[in-house]
Amino acid sequence: MQIVTPELGLIFWQLVIFGIVLILLRAFAWKPILASLKERESSIEGALRMADQAKLEMQELKAGNEKLLAEARMERDRILKEATDVSNQLIEQAKNKATEEGSRMIMQAREAIQNEKNSALAEVKNTAAKLSIDIAERILRRELADQPAQQQLVDSYLQEVKLN
Amino acid sequence: MKRLLLVLLCFLSFSVYANEPTATTEEATDKEAFSPGEMILHHIGDSHEWHWFSTDNDHFTTYLPVIAFRPGQGVSVFSSRNLAEGKVYEGLKLEHEHLVSEDGSKVYDFSITKNVASLMISAVLLLAVFTAVARGYAKRGSGAPKGIQSFFEPIIVFIRDEVAKKSIGPKYERYMPYLLTVFFFIWFNNLMGLMPGGANLTGNIAVTLTLAVLTLLITLFSSNKNYWHHIFATPGVPKPLLPIMIPVELIGIVVKPFSLMVRLFANITAGHIVTLSFISLIFIFRSLTVSPVTLAFGLFINCLELLVAILQAYIFTLLTAMYIGGAVEEHHDADYQMGGGDGAEPAHAH
Repeated sequence: MQIVTPELGLIFWQLVIFGIVLILLRAFAWKPILASLKERESSIEGALRMADQAKLEMQELKAGNEKLLAEARMERDRILKEATDVSNQLIEQAKNKATEEGSRMIMQAREAIQNEKNSALAEVKNTAAKLSIDIAERILRRELADQPAQQQLVDSYLQEVKLN
Repeated sequence: MKRLLLVLLCFLSFSVYANEPTATTEEATDKEAFSPGEMILHHIGDSHEWHWFSTDNDHFTTYLPVIAFRPGQGVSVFSSRNLAEGKVYEGLKLEHEHLVSEDGSKVYDFSITKNVASLMISAVLLLAVFTAVARGYAKRGSGAPKGIQSFFEPIIVFIRDEVAKKSIGPKYERYMPYLLTVFFFIWFNNLMGLMPGGANLTGNIAVTLTLAVLTLLITLFSSNKNYWHHIFATPGVPKPLLPIMIPVELIGIVVKPFSLMVRLFANITAGHIVTLSFISLIFIFRSLTVSPVTLAFGLFINCLELLVAILQAYIFTLLTAMYIGGAVEEHHDADYQMGGGDGAEPAHAH
């Protein structure tokens, strides 16, 4: 039968034309098309992977931030505590110092008073001694002249002493 | 499928013979009796001119170049107009669309027949369409596809992912150009064959033979030693049976592309025959009343053929990919069709 008998001419042309089409399409269509498809797919895949990575990084960053925040809070608490301690200490120190200073000043004052007192007593003693010597001298001088007058003199001197 | 086709052809020729006597007696005034078998065979066959349509007086025909090679006489090229209606030119004539020499010497016919012309048109079309698609990729890079590019991209991706990757495996990339070209070549030509006035190119045995042989050659040239090991020492087969198995396997190598050839040829040709048969019914019954039925069936078959056009292209491509896949497959502990599914341990037949 004719329709199931392959014709040589058509086989030849089919081989030639199909071959040319295959070679041309391979070079100018399939290779660029498949390459672009592959490139697009890999770029999409890359983008997805990058998004995932970004998400992960974001989570890490968030966790890091929280950690940092917690650390900062702890640091703040510590600093506050330290500051309170230091200030308390300072106040204590100042108090102590003030007390010490006060007592020292009181001591000094007492000492000064004591010194003043001592020197005053010494002066009183000296003056009394001098007066006594003076009086004794004058008495001795008057005794030579008049008895009543001597008495009078002693009285007046004594009066003078009292006035002092 | 081929047997079915033969039965169909027989049936058609019966109807012709059954119709003829009545036609000649009742319509004796008619110039010529309508012979659907002849008309259909003429339509699905090749010819040296492209006949578009005829009116009562005129034929609208494109005469195509005849290229004949005769040993000793060299190549002669001339228009097929010179051979029209049985004329003899340069010692050549057409006998049932077959170029023969008057003196009976050998003639090699390399004419640009209707099928060759259609083949050239489809080649130009394929190149135009797919370079346009490629330009889309060059222009848009890895951006979203547009226009013709977005129409063909899913098909190309389907062929790559569902046909090539699944059937061939990791080495699929080498075979992509052939698979894509074969798929679109067959599809485009199937569709062109369905157009009014179109040639029945993919329903021509020479074309499907060439494609099948190309598949066979690619399979053989890319085969590795596992492929031949399977043929000459089929695993799981006892040694005494090998003398029977080896010829069977060797026949299998040829039968695979042979089935490709016949499947495509028979499907497309059968589709054309059925469509033409329904149209012929109008002329057989010589009645307008039958035409709605005829048209409805013709339209139905035509829609079916649109589906068959892409389906046959897909089947040819898929089977080609599977044959190549079988040839390039690396050795693995096959379960020899005895083992379970994916999770099951491969059954070692030692």
